[in-house]
Amino acid sequence: MLEVRKLAKSYRNGAQATPAIKELSFEVHERELICIVGPSGCGKTTLLKCVSGLLPASSGEVLLDGRPVTAPPEQMALVFQEYGRSLFPWMRVDQNVRFPLRRKRLPRRETDRLVAESLAAVGLFEFARHYPWQLSGGMQQRVAIARALAYQPQILVMDEPFASVDAQTRAELEDLLLGVWQRYPVTILFVTHDIDEAVYLGDRILVLTARPTVLAELVEVDLPRPRDQVETKALTEFAQLRARVYRAIRRD
Amino acid sequence: MRRARELGLQLVVPVVVLLAWGLWSARADNFFFPPLTDILASFRANWVFERVPTDVVPSLERMLAGYALAVVGGVALGVLIGSFRPVRWAADPPIEFLRAIPPPVLIPFAILAFGVGPQFKVFVIAIGCVWPVLLNTVDGVRGIDATLRDTARVYRIGALSRLFSVVLPAASPRIFAGMRTALSLALILMVISEMEASTNGIGFFVLQSQRSFAIPDMWSGILLLGLLGFVLNAGFVELERRLLRWHRAAQASALEAAA
Amino acid sequence: MLGRLAAGATGVVAPLLALELLARSEVLPQREVPPPSVWLQVLVQQLPAPAFWADVGSTLEGWAIGLTLAALIAVPAGILIGSSRLGYQMLRAPIEFLRPIPSVALIPLAVLVFGTRLQNKVFLVTFACLWPLLFQAIYGVQDVDPVAVDTARAFGFGRPARLLRVVLPSAAPYLATGLRIASSVALILAVTSELVVGVPGLGRSINVAASSGDYALMYALIAVAGLLGLALNAAFGRLEGWLLRWHPAQRAEAPA
Repeated sequence: MLEVRKLAKSYRNGAQATPAIKELSFEVHERELICIVGPSGCGKTTLLKCVSGLLPASSGEVLLDGRPVTAPPEQMALVFQEYGRSLFPWMRVDQNVRFPLRRKRLPRRETDRLVAESLAAVGLFEFARHYPWQLSGGMQQRVAIARALAYQPQILVMDEPFASVDAQTRAELEDLLLGVWQRYPVTILFVTHDIDEAVYLGDRILVLTARPTVLAELVEVDLPRPRDQVETKALTEFAQLRARVYRAIRRD
Repeated sequence: MRRARELGLQLVVPVVVLLAWGLWSARADNFFFPPLTDILASFRANWVFERVPTDVVPSLERMLAGYALAVVGGVALGVLIGSFRPVRWAADPPIEFLRAIPPPVLIPFAILAFGVGPQFKVFVIAIGCVWPVLLNTVDGVRGIDATLRDTARVYRIGALSRLFSVVLPAASPRIFAGMRTALSLALILMVISEMEASTNGIGFFVLQSQRSFAIPDMWSGILLLGLLGFVLNAGFVELERRLLRWHRAAQASALEAAA
Repeated sequence: MLGRLAAGATGVVAPLLALELLARSEVLPQREVPPPSVWLQVLVQQLPAPAFWADVGSTLEGWAIGLTLAALIAVPAGILIGSSRLGYQMLRAPIEFLRPIPSVALIPLAVLVFGTRLQNKVFLVTFACLWPLLFQAIYGVQDVDPVAVDTARAFGFGRPARLLRVVLPSAAPYLATGLRIASSVALILAVTSELVVGVPGLGRSINVAASSGDYALMYALIAVAGLLGLALNAAFGRLEGWLLRWHPAQRAEAPA
């Protein structure tokens, strides 16, 4: 469904060009949950920006359903790390969730239904008329997820979405995501720096190197689903996979 | 108990000053500074509400017309300039020069262009007040969080929707700051333009009173202008407080989260 | 970088060219709106004229004296008020009340008391500039880092030394901002008193030029007023920028 072919991105600084991504090629299949990990500063965010059409690539291409991505595609939704800065503070929670749907010109009843369902899916139905700044960090991120869900994307791209919340909230949000992913037919591209999280969530893990970034390793995660915070993490395979990813990152 | 004390403290100085002025002016028989009681009597005779339709209303009409033009024009241009870098680069030098021209200096030109009537006053007010609004709008538009912008792009929000539902609300705190400055400037320019060439208006009245040596009348006009300035400013601050409640709350909670 | 300069130059040249064309082709009446080439010429012709420089000097004189007086009164007052919680509480309401009073309302009073002499201009400029300087001084003092003050006190610095070495440097950027604002207010009031009252200076000459039909001179002098304002803004803006740059709040922390 999503294909990244020989993607490269350099930043120009006057006469100099700093290569962020040297070359990346990979495929994401439908309904997969792919995790991308790498050391700090390895260009994960750059990769996401290129994949989502926010930034043009220096060379190579990104194809979504066979068509090149030059601008943010219709079927894609993005959840940012800084939830506080991605929700509009002058709008209520339900207005925030509803906002991207305006373009779709659906009948009012349909939009209402989508908004209500997605808020319920993230457990925030009672907070629909609150303002984002009245909610905790974890709740705000859930609103951002609800907004992405209501949009009914085919592919959901998430940029370290749980990095700014505490560990317990993170565990809750991970499980929330898995639940949502089971219910809705969506492909997920999930970027994180947390190796445990990547192994816990993913079907496959793309391990990136430091700059200039290339693919260090592709790790298949065939831990049983549904995953559980206690049981899955107690499995020996979990520890083995985790070690493998860790070594792949440390290798260079 | 504490609130009463705070209120009391705040009233001490004004009360003392008024008493002192009242006593001194009653005693002092100074031509330029008539007794406070005379001034108050004159205030009552003129502005409650004898001259309101003849002077206050025309003054306020012109001021608000000029102000409205400045706000609409300033915001529109500010959004344009703030959104496109080449436009900003081109507009920067002429704007720096134009806004440095002290607005009163344009009055002779305005009279030349519009004749001696309400139009030239509206023009002077508008041209003077547009700069704080415009510059603050540009800053507000430029300062919109990158994540907010990216969010709008990712969800493919249309240009018009982006303008009214994202750009303007996000920039509104800065825009309001500019509008507040422009409001006090509007009052000043209204008075100046009326003093220069007018047949009615509060500024005109004050100057006329001075020329015909009706000193208590002059002071009553000054007092009215002071009151107007205070009321307009207080009213605006209250309006801003209500409309921008979301902004203060969001900032407060962001500060808490960072702490 | 070059693109930026080019864009900026276009921004200045294009409107002037447009005006030139519109005036010469009589779309705009040539008598009332002479083409820029005409009044630019008049501007240049003013440069050797002593009367011109007398005007500029007169305007600047009122500007300078008024601004200085205002600073001399407002800055110490602001520091005092800002440092004393009691003082601030007592005086806050009255100064917030006096602040929005348009200083131009006092023009007739100034005429009464001072006539059309320099003092008239100075009085108006001083009164108008008091407020921005006062408020900026208060904010500046209130914004001083309490830890810095306590540190100084712990090291045995007395009140005057703390004022000089901690409070004033910390409040300096605010004062610079106040000066920048007050400078443009001062110019406006100086010119206003010349225009409305007839005190000698640029404002009066602009009025005279307009009423005697010498419109080219009028535009030329308006442009001079703008250039004067521009120069003053630039100078005080520089000062403000320089002071802001070393202010601790502005300095970015080096990553640990």
